[in-house]
Amino acid sequence: MKYFIESFSQVFGNNPARPAKDDQSEELKEIYKNKKLTKEDFENIDHRSHVLGKWQKRRWITLILVNFLFLVSYKFDVQLLEGAMTASRFVGFHMADLNSALQVMLAYKHVVLNLVIGTATIFIMWLLLGGRAFCSWACPYHLLSELAEFLHLWLVKKKIIKNHTFHRKTRSVFYVTFALLALLSGYTIFETISPTGIVSRAIIYGPGVALIWVGALILFEVFYSRRAWCRYVCPIGVTYAAVGSVSPLRVTYDATDCHHEGDCRKVCLVPHVLDLTIKGKAHTVEQDITADCTRCGMCIDICPTDSLNFKFKGLDKFL
Amino acid sequence: MTEYKKGKKPLISKSKRLSNRREFIRSSVFTGGFVAASMAGLIPVVRGDSERLRPPGAIKEIFDEQDFFASCIKCGQCVQVCPVNAIKLAELDEGVGVGVPYIDAREQACDFSCDGLQCVLACPTGALTHDLDYPADTRMGFARLESPKTCLALQGKGFKGVARGLSYKGLLRYDEIDRWNPIKVSDHPYDLELCDLCVRQCPIEIRITQCAEQESERNRAKESGKLARVAEQHGNECPPKHAIEMQAINTSDGVTRMVPTVLDGCVGCGVCEMICPVAEPAIVIDIHKIANWGGV
Repeated sequence: MKYFIESFSQVFGNNPARPAKDDQSEELKEIYKNKKLTKEDFENIDHRSHVLGKWQKRRWITLILVNFLFLVSYKFDVQLLEGAMTASRFVGFHMADLNSALQVMLAYKHVVLNLVIGTATIFIMWLLLGGRAFCSWACPYHLLSELAEFLHLWLVKKKIIKNHTFHRKTRSVFYVTFALLALLSGYTIFETISPTGIVSRAIIYGPGVALIWVGALILFEVFYSRRAWCRYVCPIGVTYAAVGSVSPLRVTYDATDCHHEGDCRKVCLVPHVLDLTIKGKAHTVEQDITADCTRCGMCIDICPTDSLNFKFKGLDKFL
Repeated sequence: MTEYKKGKKPLISKSKRLSNRREFIRSSVFTGGFVAASMAGLIPVVRGDSERLRPPGAIKEIFDEQDFFASCIKCGQCVQVCPVNAIKLAELDEGVGVGVPYIDAREQACDFSCDGLQCVLACPTGALTHDLDYPADTRMGFARLESPKTCLALQGKGFKGVARGLSYKGLLRYDEIDRWNPIKVSDHPYDLELCDLCVRQCPIEIRITQCAEQESERNRAKESGKLARVAEQHGNECPPKHAIEMQAINTSDGVTRMVPTVLDGCVGCGVCEMICPVAEPAIVIDIHKIANWGGV
């Protein structure tokens, strides 16, 4: 329940809760106290590369395969995965993106059975797969944005540009605004600017002028604000974060060997979820990363001490 | 489990306060900008220039496509099942209509060669309503003889050759050639003494003729005392009303001429507009009119 509440609080845009001295576990306090890292230790940290790590490779392959499957199903009439990211049929079985379905329901105010089936299927699927895992493992815009991020980071490193942050509550404002706009106007306003839908349709049905909008977003992210769309705007991420708050698939943190050097926070799309890796900020020795996490695995790839790992709650006893 | 509690708010320095304020202003402008960009999508709808010929079963009122735009999830499953590739998805210039399916009849009309209204069956949200059973129930629009002056029939002219030129890519199903696969119109030349392509290729009229043939075959079989062994076609019942026919009229110069006349059974599929062989089609689909009996 606390995980659930803390997840929602962070998704809403609040800062992660800091532990008061008396609600940090004794065991953890002991670990913090005994961990004396000298300057030398710090310099000797075996920093890993954040390019093409194990999980990133797996993730990119999955993402490309999923999007490619849409294309192949249509072009070669294989009928495996028909439709686009917003709604599709997997070997005939309805699937509907939760946020697109929500927009349609709010705008149209009727729900047909097929949409219920599709929404329920996708809900269960991403419940098992970790909610926002949709973002990093399936969303075609995510990959473009991730590549743009490399460019952005390089430009920042060369001191050619500066990153500009926005307030994280902006995303909540967007979420409510887009929901209200759909409800009041009767049009699916968000879908007009959703790069997920636009890119997915462009891959399947061929490119069009809508890609100019996506290009503008990418440029904005490269030159002005790192991962701005995913971090501060996208309501799809919020919808899937809500699913993730009850998902058993999470990234879990173990403070025992952590150097607290912060490599993980540097590569993370949503670094506030990794606040607990700062020395003194965890509550327990082992603690799960909250639902705003996209389960992308970048932190796992880069962690020099293997302090971050995937886990499937309830299954770890059997593995 | 441990308690999550908010710590005390730390005192913040003046520079931090300033940068927080900048971030707040930046965030406000950012939010306003993106919301405005998304709302700009309403402009084409408000101006009324996003209206189009829609696939069969599209839930819309004449002059009002709001329900259709709202219910469509913009996935293109209707596009994928269409055997003649009649359905296309709208571009960003149609604003909130981006990703919504439409048909450009002149380029490629819906000729119902799927028989079973596949697009309707594929639609996951009911934006193409399942209340529709047969092509004759469809109400996409209504054909209109837009420019009688250019109509070949009205000039008493015939037509010889391929209807839309050799480079035209449009497809139609010609039952007598291939029952299951539509072919290119450019592969099917005509030789007509009087041009009647719009009537001849009308899917509703073709179906009515087939039904009549089946009926007479059945009757012949009955008369000869044999068991009726005529294949029943499902999913494409006989249209109850004619859609278009050639009617004789007297022109002002005292000559009797034939003119294609649109009748109550027209569903607005657009095949007449597609096949009309003159440069600017003499017959077009009016999307602001539908037959006023039955149908969806």
